[in-house]
Amino acid sequence: MTDWLLVAAGGLVGAPVRYLLGVDAKFRLHTAFPWGTFAANAGAALLLGFLAEAVTDGELGNRLQLLLAVGFCGALSTWSTFSYELLTFTSARRVALAAGYLALTVGAGVGLSFAGAAVARAAL
Amino acid sequence: MSPRMRLHHQTHPDHHPGAQPAVVAAVAIGGAAGAVARYGAERLWPTGAAAFPWTVLLINTVGCFLMGVLMVTLKRRFPGAPRLISPLLGTGLLGGFTTFSHYTDNVRQLFGEGRPGYAVGCLLLTIVAALAAVTAGAFSAHAVLGRGYALQDGAR
Repeated sequence: MTDWLLVAAGGLVGAPVRYLLGVDAKFRLHTAFPWGTFAANAGAALLLGFLAEAVTDGELGNRLQLLLAVGFCGALSTWSTFSYELLTFTSARRVALAAGYLALTVGAGVGLSFAGAAVARAAL
Repeated sequence: MSPRMRLHHQTHPDHHPGAQPAVVAAVAIGGAAGAVARYGAERLWPTGAAAFPWTVLLINTVGCFLMGVLMVTLKRRFPGAPRLISPLLGTGLLGGFTTFSHYTDNVRQLFGEGRPGYAVGCLLLTIVAALAAVTAGAFSAHAVLGRGYALQDGAR
């Protein structure tokens, strides 16, 4: 039961952080590029890469993984909103924007995942 | 009208548009439910560190399909739907169900496990599946709702 509650608690925080990043980016930057979703996905990739290497096995580590990795990072990052944004761009024939957004998000996401893991290995 | 109420009716250009507490709460509740559903699927169909992460791929594909269906349905069929529906089901539930970070971490771990083929396969297959799914979802909603509209127009 605790496992499910930890995941729910992480999701309860992760999803609204992503939403607020989107609102904030729209408010500050006024661009078509979804910087909010990008920041949420990139940040979650970095944090999860770090957590995967930093969090140790055992009772406490297992709980931290459920709360932060499965719940928070999982809900902070998204494929559904990301893919729908890509669809809106291609539907509006803004194919270059869609391709750039896709390449930047995936490239940064995988790169930051490695970076987070490297930081954890170096620091611990 | 009291001066205080008048103050309240003034627009605040510095305020974030859309970041109302009710919307944030709807996203949070949806996000918690989505994360729990994803965790349930991952427990039901676990994949090892060196295996191809089918479960996360499927979660993301299903979530993208449903997002396409939801967005088109809300726009075309229920434009007057309560304003909390889209934050609750879209940004919250489906956003929290699908995950980009577990995808990138799966790719990283597969490289680490000495499975570069799986890593690149996961990297590319997820992109193709997500884009195909969201497009299929939006198209099927358009198709179903389009016919519904035509029937209604004909009946009139």
